[in-house]
Amino acid sequence: MGQTIYLDHAATTKTSPQVVEAMLPYFTDYYGNPSSIYSAGSAAKGAVMKARETIAATLGVKTNEIYFTAGGSEADNWALVAAAEAYESKGKHIITSKIEHHAVLHTCAYLEKRGFEVTYVNVDENGILKLEELKHAIRPDTILISVMFANNEIGTVQPIKEIGAIARERGILFHTDAVQAYGHMPIRAEEMNIDMLSASGHKFYGPKGIGFLYIRTGLKLRSFLHGGQQERGRRAGTENVPGIVGIGKAAELAAERMEENEKKERALRDYLTDRIEKEIPYCRLNGDRERRLSNNVNFSFRFVEGESLLIMLDMKGICASSGSACTSGSLDPSHVLLAVGLPHEIAHGSLRLTVGAENTREEMDRTVEAIKEIVGKLREMSPLYEDFIKKNVP
Amino acid sequence: MKETVVVGMSGGVDSSVAAYLLQEQGYRVIGVTMQVWQDEDEAAKEENGGCCGLSAVEDARRAAQFLGIPHYVMNFRKEFREKVTDYFVEEYLHGRTPNPCIACNRYVKWESLLQRSLALGADYIATGHYARVEKLPNGRYALRNSVTEAKDQTYALYSLTQYQLSHTLMPAGDYEKSRIREIARKLGLPVADKPDSQEICFIPDNDYAGFIDRQAGECVPGPGNFVTASGEIIGRHKGITHYTVGQRKGLNLALGHPVFVTRICPETNEVMIGENDDVFSGELTCGKIHYMGMENLEEPRDAMVKIRYAHKGTPCRLEKIGEDRVRCIFREPVRAVTPGQAAVFYENGYVLGGGTIL
Repeated sequence: MGQTIYLDHAATTKTSPQVVEAMLPYFTDYYGNPSSIYSAGSAAKGAVMKARETIAATLGVKTNEIYFTAGGSEADNWALVAAAEAYESKGKHIITSKIEHHAVLHTCAYLEKRGFEVTYVNVDENGILKLEELKHAIRPDTILISVMFANNEIGTVQPIKEIGAIARERGILFHTDAVQAYGHMPIRAEEMNIDMLSASGHKFYGPKGIGFLYIRTGLKLRSFLHGGQQERGRRAGTENVPGIVGIGKAAELAAERMEENEKKERALRDYLTDRIEKEIPYCRLNGDRERRLSNNVNFSFRFVEGESLLIMLDMKGICASSGSACTSGSLDPSHVLLAVGLPHEIAHGSLRLTVGAENTREEMDRTVEAIKEIVGKLREMSPLYEDFIKKNVP
Repeated sequence: MKETVVVGMSGGVDSSVAAYLLQEQGYRVIGVTMQVWQDEDEAAKEENGGCCGLSAVEDARRAAQFLGIPHYVMNFRKEFREKVTDYFVEEYLHGRTPNPCIACNRYVKWESLLQRSLALGADYIATGHYARVEKLPNGRYALRNSVTEAKDQTYALYSLTQYQLSHTLMPAGDYEKSRIREIARKLGLPVADKPDSQEICFIPDNDYAGFIDRQAGECVPGPGNFVTASGEIIGRHKGITHYTVGQRKGLNLALGHPVFVTRICPETNEVMIGENDDVFSGELTCGKIHYMGMENLEEPRDAMVKIRYAHKGTPCRLEKIGEDRVRCIFREPVRAVTPGQAAVFYENGYVLGGGTIL
């Protein structure tokens, strides 16, 4: 067996060495509390400020609109719950999509239990939100629309600017979960009519346990954690200084390398997609061909059980996933694949490969060969496949 | 090249040690935990640690990590529902008392898990069952009683096919249970002192009737009459799914002397009651016959028979009385022959075969 091939960059990425290097002094040298007055503290405070500025610049927003959180899920929870509470006197209706991450879907379910009404708008067969349906779902008491920037399973990129325009025109808040998109593609919050945006450090070569929520000035959201005056009093708790430095550095590098990385990833993605489609029969590319993350490949193979495919890939040193990492322990088929109209048995058997800039073409070749071999073997053992071939192949 | 074996790891001490023993024997070992049942109940979820943290899976993963073997979780919920829980409910609704472990072994573990393991490139599957797989002089594979008599688990495995047995390893069967725990402790396995599981895995509160109510809903027949063999009505019962043949407790019949369930009659929704003597039978008939150590039953033969998991066995004579029908005549009358349970035939500690009691 050769070296491990990591093709699960949508689950998490390696922390880049420059990011680690930037973080290290904040564990050992500048460990002071940013809220203190002595110089070790102010060095830390300066570093937090710098990270905030870097991130704000990448989105084209003001520094004081960025709030650090412990990750993407926290940012999603905060955005939804706080917006619901803040505007509940105006109405108790929220609109989201059927293919959101569970950090949004489960928070919506929580809000439903607290008396809010949530409409889950459908997507088309490629996973693009149905804008007409969104418009029809809007009611006088709608206070929030939350639609993800790009999907974590099938990589579909939503028409965020249009959705934002629809919301803004009607005076409805618009939140986007940009965990998969931020750091991978250009995002301009103001141009795209975004009021709130969630992101997570470890999805773009930063550390785990750190993320941020962008909140446009003027939104009266309640505090997420009560206590100290950190994050302008809205998220108490001593800052995760090394984490913040890390996400700041990662954001800086991501912005610098975005064009180059995107190009590299896209080439790998297209090569992988192309070879699989050409060389493995009875497969289906899930998600939109064009409007999709530059690193995402997602296939369903008929007559193949996703779980066995993943295990056998792992045995060959290839890290892949069936959808989202959080569903690996869950027994249910992917809600995203069901939403794009795949039948249950196929929604169970999908393969997600998410490439990174460090992957090579040679790795793609090895991966395709491995998938070919495994899919062939699994189909050989499948009675359904046998029946199918008997019926359809003369 | 080393042969590969997939060990079904439940997170308990037996399967964890089984994995270790196979490793010692030189196999390439892969641990797999089968997710078969997920309680939708919030409280149970809490107790089990939520969706990704079912405690059994966690324990198995820890044991695998400790042993340094790869570990995967495989989802068998669909197979388990079809072959085990649906069957379990259906049998109760028909007045029979099923043994779900037999169905799970035959169809989920030794069909689905074996198939998926062979697909992965494994040569065998293994479990922590207290039983031994041996090849007999007649060329057939058969299970043999474990050396731990009290823990012998061959009864629930009688319906494995020859093909399945030829791809099966059960290393724990060669050891006493106490020895298995000792090995676990000596190794420092994190599950060494985990208590043995007792109840049916998908009914942890042991309330079968409640489970059937939840699963079958309106199909569950309601209360009916307790009757005697002569047809006399002597009281009301809660519904046939609450009773099993031989049951004495929980009948709520004050007749001045102990009485027992002798039969369950789903056609009339009655539960038949009798005296102690009425619970004994001289013979039984079974169907869905599986042959294991014996190839067939053309000539009548003597054997030992177990009629339920905890039964220690009794001498009998077996004869084939028709296509897929075997009669088993006991040397001494046997208490509470229960339709739906298995009759498993043994000779010298080897499983000859068995069937479902009619």
